[in-house]
Amino acid sequence: MKLTSLILSTVMATTVAVRASDITVKGSDTMVILGQKWAETYMKSHAGTTVQVTGGGSGTGIAALQNGTTDICNSSRSMKPAERAAFLQKFGVGVREYKTCLDALSVYVHKSNPIEKLSFSQLEGIFTGKITNWKDVGGSDAPISLYGRENSSGTYEFFKEHVLNKKDFAPATKTMPGTAAVIQGVAKDAAGIGYGGIAYGEGVKALKVSKADGGSAIEPKEATVLDGTYPISRYLFNYVSPAKDTGAVADYLTWCLSDEGQAVVKDVGYFPLPKNLR
Amino acid sequence: MNERLTTDTVVLPKAQRRRTPRRRWAEWLVERGIFLVSLSTILMVFLIFAFVAREALPVILRKTNNARSATPVTAAQVSTMPPEQLATYLGVTIADLKKYNAETVKALVELKAEELSQNVSADSRVNTTSWGWMLRARQWVGYDKPEYIWQPVSEIPKYNIIPLFIGSLKATLIALIFSVPLGVGAAIYVSQLAKPKIREVIKPVIELLSGIPSVVLGFFALLVLASILQGMFHYSSRLNALVAGVALGLTVIPVIFTISEDALSTVPSGYGQAALALGAAPWQVAWQIVLPAALPGVFAACVLGFGRAIGETMIVLMASGNASIMSGSIFDSCRTITATIAAELAEVVFGGNHYRILFLLGALLFAVTFVTNLVGDVVVHRLKRKLEGAR
Amino acid sequence: MTILRAKGYDWRSTAFHAVTLAATALIVLAVIVIIGDIVWHGAKQVSWHFVTGGTKEGMFDAKTAGVFPMIFGTLALVLLMTVGVVPVGVITAVYLTEYAKSLSPITRIIRSAINNLAGVPSIVFGLFGLGFFVQFVGGGLDQMFYGGELHYRKPALIWAAATMAIMTLPVVIVATEEALRAVPNGLREASLALGATKLKTIWKIVLPEALPGVLTGAILAVGRGAGEVAPIMFTGAAYYLAHLPTNWTDQFMHLGYHVFVLSTQSPDIERTKPILYGSVLVLLLVTFLLNLTGVLVRAKIRSRLRHG
Repeated sequence: MKLTSLILSTVMATTVAVRASDITVKGSDTMVILGQKWAETYMKSHAGTTVQVTGGGSGTGIAALQNGTTDICNSSRSMKPAERAAFLQKFGVGVREYKTCLDALSVYVHKSNPIEKLSFSQLEGIFTGKITNWKDVGGSDAPISLYGRENSSGTYEFFKEHVLNKKDFAPATKTMPGTAAVIQGVAKDAAGIGYGGIAYGEGVKALKVSKADGGSAIEPKEATVLDGTYPISRYLFNYVSPAKDTGAVADYLTWCLSDEGQAVVKDVGYFPLPKNLR
Repeated sequence: MNERLTTDTVVLPKAQRRRTPRRRWAEWLVERGIFLVSLSTILMVFLIFAFVAREALPVILRKTNNARSATPVTAAQVSTMPPEQLATYLGVTIADLKKYNAETVKALVELKAEELSQNVSADSRVNTTSWGWMLRARQWVGYDKPEYIWQPVSEIPKYNIIPLFIGSLKATLIALIFSVPLGVGAAIYVSQLAKPKIREVIKPVIELLSGIPSVVLGFFALLVLASILQGMFHYSSRLNALVAGVALGLTVIPVIFTISEDALSTVPSGYGQAALALGAAPWQVAWQIVLPAALPGVFAACVLGFGRAIGETMIVLMASGNASIMSGSIFDSCRTITATIAAELAEVVFGGNHYRILFLLGALLFAVTFVTNLVGDVVVHRLKRKLEGAR
Repeated sequence: MTILRAKGYDWRSTAFHAVTLAATALIVLAVIVIIGDIVWHGAKQVSWHFVTGGTKEGMFDAKTAGVFPMIFGTLALVLLMTVGVVPVGVITAVYLTEYAKSLSPITRIIRSAINNLAGVPSIVFGLFGLGFFVQFVGGGLDQMFYGGELHYRKPALIWAAATMAIMTLPVVIVATEEALRAVPNGLREASLALGATKLKTIWKIVLPEALPGVLTGAILAVGRGAGEVAPIMFTGAAYYLAHLPTNWTDQFMHLGYHVFVLSTQSPDIERTKPILYGSVLVLLLVTFLLNLTGVLVRAKIRSRLRHG
């Protein structure tokens, strides 16, 4: 009967067939485009390997690394001590960290916003909810509308740690599932302000940021990120379990740091690692 | 088989001839099997609640404690610590501790010291996963007044679930306010007042709405509806409870419409015809006779709509702005329970506090919908009895 | 109740008609606007290449994007789900209509359980799928058959299908029950009178007669399965896979999940808007085509029953 043969063929198709060189990459949404372009480019020149990339946030990737459901974790922030300890407890050996490229976090406002620059302390005040009106930082009289990322995001954690000095985000921050959503929100909200990876910034205005009040405000662009003057810049990481850092996985990781891999980085909009760090 | 045809013997058809004891036995087995499979539905409901609550059990039973009250231990002191104390300090079992080599232990101690040196304050000594802090407001360090804060990824994770409940209720209420009048109104029109030809056209169109997946409605709300509503009302926050509520309402309308229309159509036509014979206008028949008679069904529709709205995930995840604030304004962003679970579950480490609290939220949500369904059932049952009893 | 006389203008009637008509019109307008907007913006994108192409070249570029892997994944999910849900649903419905005594407590509890299943939020199904299927069942299978190696204890097609099957079970049960009740009792009685057992009657007479209705239930289940995203987010759907799922332990791409990810995480909303609309349109088309196929099969069976 047709039904029986259908069921039989379904069952037969499900015999476990593990592909030897399947690399799973999970993690940061900031890195997901990069991860995907890396995968595409790598697979073109290495036909025997397949790489699959999933987003979800840096936290997702780290959790997946911990749970053993991924080979490589993309993370837009460094792993926290508690996370490293948990990994160490489970696997008996520390996690291996690879810096892959540089990224700058831009602060975005609506194109019509007259503000051109903000200092760290002003940003901290705005995003923790202490400064609530644009006129308090030199803009027009309008309540500030905050856009941020979900707490599974490395971007969220990085911004919190380095700009907010580990203070909490204001509860009124609209949490968006991805940097693109943040940009989209700010692009349609004249009183909006948000933060996100520099590779995403189309349709809004990126502010110049000064670390100290009254200090020189630096524009986020390649030169200032590479020479370290732009204050909100960070590394993007690949994390892997040392046990898995062999064979195909190790080749892939090395390739990402090679000239070819770094060319992809530039293509996507991030900044290649200085040669001495690779 | 011989068929001896005589005048007083009935020829048994094949089916009966084959009813041997073995056949009967096999059939009995199959019928037991059918019964067992049907029982599995009960098992499923039980399993769902059990497995969701199971993951949350440590939090429910107050067994979790993330208060950082230990003083950091230096590497030198480690060698003098008895194994049990060291294991408790590091948060591992003694069996695991024995497995680690000296280097690993040293690394763990350093990481623990780093962790403990973070943010030593009044807050860090508090167990934020206790029921007290999940429900009460607290003036956390850095805030000016006691507030209900849900910020689970932070130096001091804050797990207050009140803003999430408020968010869910806000979005659901807006959805109901939007969808009940429209759904019931359309149901009245379609079942009582419209010509049959129009009915044939409108019913499928509204059923088409029920076929649109919620992720598509969420996408539509995010891209189109938010702009339309912002243009109409000129508020500042583009994604807010209103947008999410209206989009939720669109998902709920087919549910309310279909069930109400069903209920209105099954009211015995005798009622309506008697009223018409007495000189009532069609609208009076619909409003004063048929609708009250169909009230149990309409009420059931609303209860189902409520359950659907409060449990919906994709629309609120994409369109509500997801800000966990305690605010009564519909123009403010809100964070619902369902969106919180969907957005944060991917990040959590299995077995951690955050993971357990998300499952707790799921269990609470399940409990709410379960109770709503039950209450709805009881009320509908009572209304039905009252209507039938009064005859 | 005041009976209105025919004198004067019956403004209340007009008002009532107007209000209810407005409610209906508003809903119809909303449907037209939503579908119209999607078709208007998506039609340009949906080409042969879009529907058959993969993700190998530039998922985010309107010219090279393809959604075939997502269509494949959605269909695979729906197929596996149907294989799981239809037997269980039909058997339960058969029990409820043919065997159960309508007032017995067990029957009432089963019906109550079905109602409750229907009301469980989709994200709770996602949690259940994760906690039960992936962790518990998957972990158990790994322990028993693979000595702890990771084969089943991860998001997979089979777990997503199982979760969706439980979620769509009430729909199948209700539709099948209706279909079974619609079978004239005379048929059952005739069969029993001829000496067939109850089970045989059900299997050979009642079920085939009710088949169109069972298919309705399956169609409804499939419609829901193709569109729901929350239950599969953690139990199997993935954002970018280099190959199609060939094994039920693989993850899969899914149209609905793809729409979700694109709406919220694509790097340049303006550039990906066409792809987004295209994917949404394809999702609606796939759901529509699945429904249509089911309706056609059902009509064919119905006509065969009538003339056969």
